[in-house]
Amino acid sequence: MIVKEEKLTTKIFSKDLEEKPTRDGFGGGIVEAAEKNKDIVALTADLKDSTRLTEFANKFPERFFDVGVAEQALVTIASGIANYGKIPFVTSFAVFSPGRNWEQIRTSICLNNVPVKIVGTHAGLNVGADGATHQSLEDISLMRVLPNMVVISPCDSEEARKATIEAAKTKEPTYIRFTRAKFPVITTQKTPFKIGRAETLWHSKSPQVAIIATGPMVYEALKAAKELDKKGIETLVVNCHTIKPLDIRLILNAAKITGALVTVEEHQIIGGLGSAVSETLSKNFPFPIEFVGVKDTFGESGTKDQLFKKHGLTKEGIIEATKNVIARKSS
Amino acid sequence: MTKEELQKIAREVRKDIVKMIYDAGSGHPAGSLGMADLVTALYFAILNHDPKNPNWDERDRLFLSNGHICPVVYSAMQRAGYFPSSELKKLRKLGSSLQGHPERTKLAGIESTSGPLGEGLAQAAGYALSARMDEKHFRVYVVCSDGEHDEGNHWEAVMFANKYKLSNLTLFVDRNQIQSDGPTEEIMPLNPLKEKYQAFGWNALEIDGHDFEEIINAVNNARSKYQKPTVIICNVIAGKGVSFMEDNYKWHAKKISKEELDLALKELK
Repeated sequence: MIVKEEKLTTKIFSKDLEEKPTRDGFGGGIVEAAEKNKDIVALTADLKDSTRLTEFANKFPERFFDVGVAEQALVTIASGIANYGKIPFVTSFAVFSPGRNWEQIRTSICLNNVPVKIVGTHAGLNVGADGATHQSLEDISLMRVLPNMVVISPCDSEEARKATIEAAKTKEPTYIRFTRAKFPVITTQKTPFKIGRAETLWHSKSPQVAIIATGPMVYEALKAAKELDKKGIETLVVNCHTIKPLDIRLILNAAKITGALVTVEEHQIIGGLGSAVSETLSKNFPFPIEFVGVKDTFGESGTKDQLFKKHGLTKEGIIEATKNVIARKSS
Repeated sequence: MTKEELQKIAREVRKDIVKMIYDAGSGHPAGSLGMADLVTALYFAILNHDPKNPNWDERDRLFLSNGHICPVVYSAMQRAGYFPSSELKKLRKLGSSLQGHPERTKLAGIESTSGPLGEGLAQAAGYALSARMDEKHFRVYVVCSDGEHDEGNHWEAVMFANKYKLSNLTLFVDRNQIQSDGPTEEIMPLNPLKEKYQAFGWNALEIDGHDFEEIINAVNNARSKYQKPTVIICNVIAGKGVSFMEDNYKWHAKKISKEELDLALKELK
């Protein structure tokens, strides 16, 4: 059943549940944040209204900048603004930003480690009629692979508002994805939200499966849980709004309680939530797997051999990993 | 500082460059040598800065867009007093603050991480815009290469700087006529470059990038302009000072042998 402490709307399974695009929550959230902090600025690549910056632009014209249809400029200019000490939010459709300007984000924002807040709207299949060219299904993956980047996928417009306000307070480069289409507003102002902490929204008495969902799929997961409950299949539903850093503790706990997991996302499984969860689980529980590779860090100058050694990309590194996996298998 | 004093420092900077790249076993000699005069002028005659207090709030900012020519900046910074000379030998080595391409988080005084081309002007423009919003009086300088004008990102920033009339922004173009694969006018013609900037609304100047008087006069001209960013196209000789590297694109990225080092140092005496 619904976890009471989460303070979800009481109308959650009723027909008159309010629906809003999550981008609306961004539009409101940035205005709230900007009223409190004069260092918050916003830039868009010719998509002010679609990305819900109109209210911000009207209230704070001196803090609003349109760079034209130029997503590479969008993020590199924002890098300079953040480097100076301000908090820039940059908006476009997710296919264009962070889709088109990935290397600029990598170098000028993540390696530089400056607090640019990248807002990708029209993320996911919910874009609908515009078709495949405008349906971003890779953005979580593209952003998750970058060191220093925080990745958030809010479940509804209220959570989108909170995510925007919270992201405005941090020093980390942050990517937040939002929907074009309307989705049920299931959380309330009182629902807890903390970047990096997942929330268990549904908890049956003795759950057999944990459903880990992100974005608007969280509501679908809750509906599924309700249906399954009627059939005697008990579950947990976790709202995993922050994909990076992943709430490893909560997910491991869910896995230990249930012994079986389902991940749900409006995004490619490769590199998305599914990847993130399976990487965590296979490293910790219940299947022993070790990974050899570069571990969430950048390279640096040095000879090839020095660098391979430092990162364990050697015969010795592979032997060590092999021994570790055997030890875990027999333990 | 007199012209003669600046020339003397630039000569030492050129020696540093060939020694550093020889020690590192790789690097970009031609671009670094070509910009030795301009970068010397920046650190010893133009920038309002304090090497002992690299994060001083009122300092002028220098963004190096073509990060691969960082040996020239590292040498000038060292000679200005940012860090001890022993560091120069560590260029491109494990654990060094002198990365193969400069990183903001590793060396105080480097304003931004760079190397991937076409991104420096946009960052500097964002910085200059922020400084103007807060009524700061420092100036923002950018050095970029001619080859990176092939990048769309650069021209996006050229338009942005014009739109927002960033007169506190000055761009130096390292116009050495070469890029990785050959002469710029063969790989992707840029001329007429000055007229292009003028058409984009900029105050555009063209100078001999080895002439300290012309460099300083151009910077003063940029300071006096209202409502417009300034570009100073610096015509320079790639590899300047080492005859066998001059005007030769094959020295864009190339290691220096012991024999070549000795020959270069002899010429730079």
